Amino acid sequence: MLKDITLGQYFPGDTLAHKLDPRTKILLVVFYIVALFCAKSLLAYGILALVLAVCVRISKVGLKSLVRGLKPVVFILIFTGVLNLFFTPGGHTLVQWGVVRISAEGLRNAVFMVLRIMLLIMGTFLMTYTTSPISLTDGLERLLNGLKKLHVPVHELAMIMSIALRFIPTLIEETDKIMSAQKARGADFESGNVIQKARALIPILVPLFVSAIRRAEELAVAMECRCYHGGEGRTKLHVLKYEGRDLIALTLGVLITAGIIALRQFTV
Amino acid sequence: MEPILQIQHLTHTYGVGTPFQRSAVEDMSFDVRDGEFLGVIGHTGSGKSTLIQHLNGLLRPTSGRVLLRGKDIWAEPKKIRDVRFQVGLVFQYPEYQLFEETVYKDIAFGPTNQGLTGAELDRRVREAARLVGVRDDQLDKSPFELSGGQKRRVALAGVMAMEPEVLVLDEPTAGLDPAGRENLMANIRDYHRNKKRTIILVSHSMDEIARNVDRILVLKSGHVLLQGTPAEVFARAEELLSAGLDVPQVTRVARALRERGLAIDPAVYTVEALERELTALREGGASC
Repeated sequence: MLKDITLGQYFPGDTLAHKLDPRTKILLVVFYIVALFCAKSLLAYGILALVLAVCVRISKVGLKSLVRGLKPVVFILIFTGVLNLFFTPGGHTLVQWGVVRISAEGLRNAVFMVLRIMLLIMGTFLMTYTTSPISLTDGLERLLNGLKKLHVPVHELAMIMSIALRFIPTLIEETDKIMSAQKARGADFESGNVIQKARALIPILVPLFVSAIRRAEELAVAMECRCYHGGEGRTKLHVLKYEGRDLIALTLGVLITAGIIALRQFTV
Repeated sequence: MEPILQIQHLTHTYGVGTPFQRSAVEDMSFDVRDGEFLGVIGHTGSGKSTLIQHLNGLLRPTSGRVLLRGKDIWAEPKKIRDVRFQVGLVFQYPEYQLFEETVYKDIAFGPTNQGLTGAELDRRVREAARLVGVRDDQLDKSPFELSGGQKRRVALAGVMAMEPEVLVLDEPTAGLDPAGRENLMANIRDYHRNKKRTIILVSHSMDEIARNVDRILVLKSGHVLLQGTPAEVFARAEELLSAGLDVPQVTRVARALRERGLAIDPAVYTVEALERELTALREGGASC
């Protein structure tokens, strides 16, 4: 069950999608999200789905692993879909069944909302699948560099993020190990009511917290031993540089986003 | 006599359908005899950890079977918990699994899950604690107050208290100092002698294995490379060395002496045996 958590997972590769500058990819994802929220027609959604499909194809990330990323949000998808389907006021009524009423407007909203969330998640995951956490935070730090003038601790935030991302797999592994060890002692996580299930988590959570705190301490000591003192005057091993392909990708991204926004004018 | 555990053509593949797909255990077959002390040895990545997690049903074989007293442990998946009480598994660095307020309660976690209460539970906890050398006055302490070695013992007691028919220990002495290692191994030997229960000891210390077990299973990249008594296995030192594994220090000495022309059994693996060989050689030589 823990294997389903795909956040922060990275599939190494050598495709164009992997080679793009992380800043480019972050910007593209931002454009994509903007475009998704501006999309109003089936045509716009079709274009955006196609764009994603092309990107997936280029990245050589299996569609299967991308769909697997949707698993944790299935509940939200269903919830959003149902809510929109039944509770959209007005519009032309398609089905009336007592108090339950499905309107054309509702159906439209439900389909679009679900599509929007799915594309949003898959698009974001495509970025994390093709970008190592290190270069991702590196890119983010560079992108937000300007905010330093406003005394936003950009470097520290990026460091917090990269440490957090770095430790997700470790903590998952640790949780798996602790779960196995407690299962070996007959712990039962599957049966019982909600309260019993919650109680069954104690043998996992206590050791997990203990080890997370221990890890944090060790990491802090290790960083101080290497004279870490924040971002002031710190240089990079890999200096990010925009290449021709980044320019092309960004231009395409801007054009498509602009196109989607323009499409709004022609649909009601 | 029927073997207590039979592993038949066990294969386990991780990450089926992802770029990371690989088989950790491939077509592995062997038996574990009732009451024996079996040593499992192999390099990192030889499939040791994957293998032992199949013995109590934490992992389900991709193909092949694990039989406990002749019965497939996955015959009734709903009853897999019962298998876990019969095959007790102590993981590497088991001290991270401690969570209760007191040592006593932590040791009692397993037996309580078995449904034990009252006098029987109390007997199990105290006996297990005694077996691993945890003092009575430590039972009311928080496990987090104990030293690393003591925590390890408490974790071990937590599995022993379930009185499993087979006790599987994954590197129980890893990270302990030499005195702590010997001490803990002595506790484990006592447990084996007194309880007459099967023990499977996973280790990559050849010396530790040589000194303690009745039979050795050598794993290499997911396969069984060799199996037999220590004498049989260490007689084939070349194969062990070519698999990147070590032989006990005493065996190394014996082999070196043999290379220099002394007629010594190359399979000796204890100091006592080497001493006997050498004394015999000297007396034999003196009589010429």
